[in-house]
Amino acid sequence: MHDTKGDRFMVIFIYAFLTILALTTIYPFLNAIAVSFNQGSDTAKGGITVWPRHFTLENYAIVFKDERLMNGFFISVLRTVVGTITAILATAIFSYGMSKKELVGRKYYMVLCIITMYFSGGLIPTFLLMRNLHLMNSFWIFIIPSLIGVWNMIIFRTFFQGLPAGLEESAKMDGCGNWSTLFRIVLPLSGPVIATLALFTAVSHWNEWFVASIYISKDDLMPIQTILKQILASNIVSEQTAGLDAASLAHMQKAKTITSKSLSMATMMVATLPIVCVYPFVQKYFVKGVLVGSLKE
Amino acid sequence: MAQLSVKTVESKPPLKRPTNVFTTFMKQIDLQLMVLPALALIILFSYVPMYGIMIAFQDYKVGSSFSSSPWVGFKHFAYFFNSPDFALIMKNTIIISLLKFLIGFPAPIILALMLNEVRRMKFKRIVQTVTYLPHFMSWVIIGGLIGSLLATDNGSINMLLEKLNLIDEPINFLSMPEYFRTILVSTNVWKEIGFGSIVYLAAIAGVDPSSYEAASIDGASRFKQIYLITLPSIMPVVSIFMILAIGNLLSAGFEDILVLAPNPALRDVSDVIDTYVIRVGINNYRYSYATAVGLFKAVISVGLLTIANYVAKKSGNSLW
Repeated sequence: MHDTKGDRFMVIFIYAFLTILALTTIYPFLNAIAVSFNQGSDTAKGGITVWPRHFTLENYAIVFKDERLMNGFFISVLRTVVGTITAILATAIFSYGMSKKELVGRKYYMVLCIITMYFSGGLIPTFLLMRNLHLMNSFWIFIIPSLIGVWNMIIFRTFFQGLPAGLEESAKMDGCGNWSTLFRIVLPLSGPVIATLALFTAVSHWNEWFVASIYISKDDLMPIQTILKQILASNIVSEQTAGLDAASLAHMQKAKTITSKSLSMATMMVATLPIVCVYPFVQKYFVKGVLVGSLKE
Repeated sequence: MAQLSVKTVESKPPLKRPTNVFTTFMKQIDLQLMVLPALALIILFSYVPMYGIMIAFQDYKVGSSFSSSPWVGFKHFAYFFNSPDFALIMKNTIIISLLKFLIGFPAPIILALMLNEVRRMKFKRIVQTVTYLPHFMSWVIIGGLIGSLLATDNGSINMLLEKLNLIDEPINFLSMPEYFRTILVSTNVWKEIGFGSIVYLAAIAGVDPSSYEAASIDGASRFKQIYLITLPSIMPVVSIFMILAIGNLLSAGFEDILVLAPNPALRDVSDVIDTYVIRVGINNYRYSYATAVGLFKAVISVGLLTIANYVAKKSGNSLW
């Protein structure tokens, strides 16, 4: 291929543009990391970009000593683990049933599912339902309403239908029922699709904050994202230090080096860390998952 | 993307003889037990709230059931249309939605076209890895990052503007109504541009390479090839996503607004239908009224989706 002068100009422009885009995408993260490791009073003087000037771990020390934040972290981990395992299991069982052509009523069941993708009752009727079900201020509000995902069901079902029919036939001949075929034959073969959907589910559980903000008022059930939202909105340092023991509070006041900004950046980093840890896997599977979802169908 | 699955609905009826459906049902009871509990959950958490929409036409009182409240017809709708909030909320919703659509929709397509021109695979992979990242962060984190960038103390944007001598003292961007829409829309584009490009990149990868060779022999420049080959080849995907985006047009999004505009001072530019429903419904307990406002939005969205699909059908790329 012979590039014209215009082409060469276009290519240079594209490389320059993409470089700038990548830098502006990564910069806010690097900046937040630098601020979280920098002494708060020093940050207030300005000039911190991607490297801490006055390195310190005191912001993180405060965050890790804050009982409310640590409890929030624990709630987030718990809802992510429990929510992901139960949702994947429940949806896999549902999808396997729906993948069987002999299932009586399958067509009607499917219509029932599809309608929910276009219509919903909206926020307020859902809110009133949750209240009537006594899910307010209950850990199960994070788990039960999101057990069955119609979209995940369709992906699972498509995958199950693509498995060689002979496998299941031979299992049936050996006397396996539908349930044992699912657990002994089908699920062990479904590694990639389970991984993809589990990552989808886990990331959305970890990032979810709105549900807790309207259904939860008890501090000990708040996930870290919701706490962080409150901290960022008010950004009052006293709110965050309220849970500290007297000794560290005294130490902090003596030092006077911690600011609300440096604390909230450290909190943000703690809330982001799990995502960054799984990101390499997420990227691998998500890209696949998006394509399974949108193009293959 | 979820809505694309419509095409997978089975059209073949299940194998059954009408005389003994019940017998067949009982014979496959283990299979039915796999799906019935899940369907019960779907009915409970999706259909019961749909049934609950009826409180939009009632005066729902706390503690009563969905069906036992007095009927008031379109009172809440009339109240909303006549309220002083209506004009402001509709204006904000339409402006924010349109800006997000007009800028946020083409942006990933342009990025995909650009990425496709990159021949250095390592560079391409790095750009992709970096630009997908913000998609996986919650809006809370993104709000915190943007807040920190725009802050008056050690905010990088203010530092940069001061270095360039464009401003004398730091601007408190996030408390000024005139900057809010720009911040909101650019943050949205910034967060989703990379991830949104995946689908289009995949569509581009499916274009037959021989058409590029032919065009190249005919002397078409690379820009012309993008314009004459790549773009037309991905139009079916583009139009499907456009229909979906139009259906979601009124859902201006509320998470981003809630995290970027916690300040009531910004309400004149940031209050949209969704945030209004949350405020009057959840915070002020006006359940019937808020449901009516939400229903109003849902009806318009379905209308928009139908119109968009009708137009797309005429051009041959429809959803259903």
